[in-house]
Amino acid sequence: MLGMSANSVSYNEQSSVESGVDAAQENSSIPASSSGGLFSADYKKNEDLKEMLESSKESLKLEAMKRIVGLIAKGKNASELFPAVVKNVASKNIELKKLVYVYLVRYAEEQQDLALLSISTFQRALKDPNQLIRASALRVLSSIRVPIIVPIMMLSIKEASTDLSPYVRKTAAHAIQKLYSLDPDQKEHLIEVIEKLLKDKSTLVAGSVVMAFEEVCPDRIDLIHKNYRKLCNLLVDVEEWGQVVIIHMLTRYARTQFVSPWREDAVFDENSEKAFYDSEEERRVEQSKPYIMDPDHRLLLRNTKPLLQSRNTAVVMAVSQLYWHLAPTHELSIITKSLVRLLRSHREVQYIVLQNIATMSIQRKGMFEPFMKSFYVRSTDATHIKTLKLEILTNLANEANISTILREFQTYVKSQDKAFAAATIQAIGRCATNISEVTDTCLNGLVLLLSNRDETVVAESVVVIKKLLQTQPSQHSDIIKHMAKLFDNITVSMARASILWLMGEYCEHVPKIAPDVLRKMAKTFTSEEDIVKLQTVNLAAKLYLTNSKQTKLLTQYILNLGKYDQSYDIRDRTRFIRQLIVPNEKSGALSKYARRILMAPKPAPVLQSAFKDRDRFQLGTLSHSLNSQANGYLELSDWPAVAPDQSVRIVEVVEPVKEAGAPVFGKSKPGKSDEKFYSDSEEEEEEEEEGSSSEDSSSSSSEESESESESEENSDDSNKSSSSQSDSEKKKKTLKNKKLQQQKPDSKDRKQKNGSAVKGESRSESESASESSSSESSSESGSELDSDSDSGTDQKKNTRSKPVQSKPVTTQVEKKEVSLLDLDDFSPAAVTTPKSSILSPSLLSDLQGLSISPTASALQASSPVFVPETSRELLHRMTGKGLSAQYRFTRQPCIYGNSMVSLQLTLSNSSDQALENIHISEKSSTGQNIHRFNAIERLEPQASVTVSMGVDFNDSTQAANFQLCTKEDEFSVSIQPAVGELLLPITMSEADFTKEQSKLVGMNESSATITMTPENVSSQSVNRKVVSVANLGVIPSSQENIHRFAGKTVSSGCLVLVSVALKDPDAVITINTENTVMASMLLRQFKTALTNSGP
Amino acid sequence: MIHSLFLINNAGDLFLEKHWKSVISRSICDYFFEAREKAVEPDNVPPVIRSPHHYLINIYREKIFFVSVIQTEVPPLFVIEFLHRVAETFQDYFGECSETTIKDNVVIVYELLEEMLDNGFPLATESNILKELIRPPTILRSMVNTITGSSNVGETLPTGQLSSIPWRRAGVKYTNNEAYFDVVEEIDAILDKSGTTVFAEIQGVIDACVKLSGMPDLSLSFMNPRLLDDVSFHPCVRYKRWESERVISFIPPDGNFQLMSYHISAQNLVAIPIYVKQNISFFETGSSGRLDITVGPKQTMGKTVECLVVTVHMPKVVLSANLNATQGTYNYDPVTKILLWDIGKLNPQKLPNLKGSLSLQSGAPKPEESPSLNIDLKIQQLAISGLKVNRLDMYGEKYKPFKGVKYVTKAGKFQVRT
Repeated sequence: MLGMSANSVSYNEQSSVESGVDAAQENSSIPASSSGGLFSADYKKNEDLKEMLESSKESLKLEAMKRIVGLIAKGKNASELFPAVVKNVASKNIELKKLVYVYLVRYAEEQQDLALLSISTFQRALKDPNQLIRASALRVLSSIRVPIIVPIMMLSIKEASTDLSPYVRKTAAHAIQKLYSLDPDQKEHLIEVIEKLLKDKSTLVAGSVVMAFEEVCPDRIDLIHKNYRKLCNLLVDVEEWGQVVIIHMLTRYARTQFVSPWREDAVFDENSEKAFYDSEEERRVEQSKPYIMDPDHRLLLRNTKPLLQSRNTAVVMAVSQLYWHLAPTHELSIITKSLVRLLRSHREVQYIVLQNIATMSIQRKGMFEPFMKSFYVRSTDATHIKTLKLEILTNLANEANISTILREFQTYVKSQDKAFAAATIQAIGRCATNISEVTDTCLNGLVLLLSNRDETVVAESVVVIKKLLQTQPSQHSDIIKHMAKLFDNITVSMARASILWLMGEYCEHVPKIAPDVLRKMAKTFTSEEDIVKLQTVNLAAKLYLTNSKQTKLLTQYILNLGKYDQSYDIRDRTRFIRQLIVPNEKSGALSKYARRILMAPKPAPVLQSAFKDRDRFQLGTLSHSLNSQANGYLELSDWPAVAPDQSVRIVEVVEPVKEAGAPVFGKSKPGKSDEKFYSDSEEEEEEEEEGSSSEDSSSSSSEESESESESEENSDDSNKSSSSQSDSEKKKKTLKNKKLQQQKPDSKDRKQKNGSAVKGESRSESESASESSSSESSSESGSELDSDSDSGTDQKKNTRSKPVQSKPVTTQVEKKEVSLLDLDDFSPAAVTTPKSSILSPSLLSDLQGLSISPTASALQASSPVFVPETSRELLHRMTGKGLSAQYRFTRQPCIYGNSMVSLQLTLSNSSDQALENIHISEKSSTGQNIHRFNAIERLEPQASVTVSMGVDFNDSTQAANFQLCTKEDEFSVSIQPAVGELLLPITMSEADFTKEQSKLVGMNESSATITMTPENVSSQSVNRKVVSVANLGVIPSSQENIHRFAGKTVSSGCLVLVSVALKDPDAVITINTENTVMASMLLRQFKTALTNSGP
Repeated sequence: MIHSLFLINNAGDLFLEKHWKSVISRSICDYFFEAREKAVEPDNVPPVIRSPHHYLINIYREKIFFVSVIQTEVPPLFVIEFLHRVAETFQDYFGECSETTIKDNVVIVYELLEEMLDNGFPLATESNILKELIRPPTILRSMVNTITGSSNVGETLPTGQLSSIPWRRAGVKYTNNEAYFDVVEEIDAILDKSGTTVFAEIQGVIDACVKLSGMPDLSLSFMNPRLLDDVSFHPCVRYKRWESERVISFIPPDGNFQLMSYHISAQNLVAIPIYVKQNISFFETGSSGRLDITVGPKQTMGKTVECLVVTVHMPKVVLSANLNATQGTYNYDPVTKILLWDIGKLNPQKLPNLKGSLSLQSGAPKPEESPSLNIDLKIQQLAISGLKVNRLDMYGEKYKPFKGVKYVTKAGKFQVRT
């Protein structure tokens, strides 16, 4: 009792008392307590609790139970209190009862006989008028894992599954799984219950019963048929956890019931570079093909789409995987944004989502490319998040964006997290092998990294360089030499071994250096790591075979060292090598082939994503996360070649089932009626069928029309806020609306036409479509779908039963919805339309950045301030016999050569047959150096392709002439560059600018005074004008009226400094550069640009 | 689904366990401890860990690991999302989610966990429902309970559990009816050395505190709803209405909740409120370095930038910093290597500057990595995206509520690379 009063003040104190006792309990070993432990301190403690439980005071009992629950929570054994606790199972105090339940469920399995004592209490409680008590009794009863009570459980579940309260039915659905895990023999009976509960219309039950279905009989797909449409329609209103389970189940179901929406030839379309301009075409082709999506398939896609907006990340992921596995390719893009949104969530969520994006991005780069920047790594990210982001960036890399990605990577290399820096270097290596254009630049960049001070970075670079060199060794003997030079400074054994291997493999390319390296190694052999020793032996053997004159002695020395090495691996290898290369009488036939064995050409390693084969698992699953099959993973089947009978999903009669246990919301309160468009509200449907509620349905239809007219108003005048009306206003408005409707039959008609024109689908499909997404007209849900996609009989019945005056109104609304909906259903697809790939390579700057030497000068190449979108005609389709070409300056440094200007060429085929082998002929008529694009093997009719090329204009505006060839024809074309395109922007500080400017005076300065048109005077417009004329960088200026720009010529790299000083209304343009010809041309162009008005 | 849950603190003590199916020995956590040790930092623990017969899915929050044990295939996000929901419920009930509060309220925690999952499948996760089933502890209530012997467990099924609006309880009554909305925007940005924006986006949320009697039906409209291209809503929001009219129409839960979150990724819409000029360099000889940081306003829309804090994670070799701040205070922690400069309000007339020398460990090579700067700031009465609430209307109830909207802009993950 004393303890009691102390406890009662607050729970805090109680726990401190308890912890003291716990300490005592910990001292006495746990087995003691289970074997009775009569003499331990623990015994006394539990005795105390026992007394409290047996007292007559409720509060004492409660206190005791609280302390026992505390014990359970800590994982302490309290099982010997079972008899004392179980007596309280029938207590009136609800909290005490609940705590007893907690105890019972925890220990019943250990104390089966005693647990049986409580069963009758639960059986009684199952008949209680309070649904909460019924439900909790069933919950506990089914949680008691005692095999003897299986029949009782079975009976209770059956009874509860017909309970009036949906909450109790939900509990019954949960109990099914518990019983199944306790006794799998009950399967058949349980399936019967599941079948019954699947028909349940309550949103509360749906999730739980589907869960039970997944656990007990996931293969009984036939149970779903009749409930498929209902589940689709209920989905939005099911609680979020149920949604996840249902969506996963429906994904599996759909894969067995519908035919593939993917065109065979389109499946891997996105893998190619032309990924981003296919959406438009694809859709056209899609429509021209005979494939028509099953309306039920469409229903599922449509009804899950709004769930992408859920706050629950698991739901968003579930819908995303559903779209990934079920939706036509062009509709896939709508999930991108939602997945990217999830990246803002918790670390763990990011991890899972990034894993899934990594898998997706391998197959469809185009999906995530526009969101590339969302995958940029922050220094605060956890390491596994960083690695995944890196993985995705590497997957997304293509010719167009590689420069941006490499620039990003270059900051990662400098990261403080060295493991991450090393991973970045690997990623660079993968980009280099995947995109052949940048292999050389990457390689050079990696070589620069070799002088980095951090060992892991250097080591990783060496390893990656080794892999890259294997693809094309002959051209890179200088890199090998460079690495040999660095060899002394590198201490990481893996890197040293890699260099030695390279030396040996390509010793013919470096005949002088390799023996010298071997000489050095002979000196340090004994102190090296095993892996280095092995490679040294290797190198010695290879040199012995190629250059035995110089290295014979060295090799023998090393082999001798190896012979007495501590490691058996090395002794072993040495013995093997010696027998192989040194011919003597004992050596077998093998030594004749020594050269062929050791110097055999080795295939280059393939660097590929770790997520390459992850897509064999359904996305979003545990198995996908682990990349191995988890217990209970259900394989996603392939699409059937022919769709199974669709009629199995037709439900003949809609049974009106009233949910008597549930309080009837909605009908009773006027505020509720809005609520209904959210759900499918069977109640309303029932009433319509009964035809007994003309008033109600007319009011709801008037509401529909009201909101409809509102939305019309809204579209006319978007500023006006739309709002629904209060009850009193409503009536007036309703009348007005009715008039409105009569007045505007024309406009309605037009809309109807619009609607039907937009949707090019079969009737039944559009019908179901409108049904599922009609926002306000919930009155049609469910029943409409069933009847319309069914034969005409049901429809007739329906029409008859509907109140006459409401019919035309609702159909009008419905039609209107169709047009609305189809429009926005297609709009997301348009999101993926060609995003102009401005991000053309600018590797030059990246390379400079990759070197970590602190020599970064004041002049830094920067990205262009403005890139003109306009492209110019290169070849008209008339002259080109169907082939047309347009070019545009990307204003980025060219990846093909330092002195080249980068161009983007869009070739399109407007003829009606495919053009083959489009390329630029080898002979160039003028002297310019041109980097040709890779020949395009085939260009389909109406297709177009974008390629990039480089031209060295030599800082002159002379046109570059060349031949554009197809298989049959040659066309002479020429590109005349504007002077402003021959520049590259640079950034520098204002001080540097003035310094450089002061060096370029006299001859090198040209200036002009012009009169500005008033609209050009603002600093913004001056900036815009200048950068649109010439590719210059803007220098921040401290003076309001002076604008400065800097750039350098592409070929010779000489500085071009432009300043515009405003002196109202005049302006002085000054250009300082060594290239005076260019200066005068630029000056002329600036004059025209700044004096002309207009944009 | 979820088989068991273990709560483990940062020191590796397992302080709470709960099983929803048969009991799993706590030795299963050894697999977790192994991974924990390998990861070094608690943030780096992989969220999914495999053991021969079980899978451990864990989250790390408020210095506590929530480790759940799974036996069969389940979407991992399902479990992760649920565990976060558990942590949020604790926070909601006890004010904070920490080891101490969980230990102090172990009975309520157990009752909550019992209600939230049945046989490993989520049962009631809405805070409104839970609060009716199990009342949150208050000092007054625990006093009353001990005297009268009454309990903090509800006796009837919450009506919300059964209705089509599970998030709101019935019979709410207030004397002062009020509804407050906070539009909170966070700028996530990466700026590069020269101050160019590499990446910028806005993450916005609208937090609501609605204390209205009865069953109010609210609709919230914006001046410029077009700004919002990617949104996610509390389940109470009628999505169809948003689709067609761009109006947020909902029956609110009672109390505090997050109405919606949105994401503005178009870079041209994201204004960067400040600029940072920095120069951190290390010298080849003499083991020292220089640091010079200046912060100035850029696009603040005429508002004052407050609570400005600059955090720099210095390279390991930096021993100490001898700096001079023209405004605010700085602090360098030589253990965590974090330099924290608390500026406070940004004065556009006199730009705050932090300048001085850094001393490095003698003999160590000069660090190659360049530390990045993390910025924290706050701007009151401004939504940086320009989002504006137009009006809030209430239907379904007669009284006139008091309405209020507040705007705040904060820095989210705002990073300046050097």
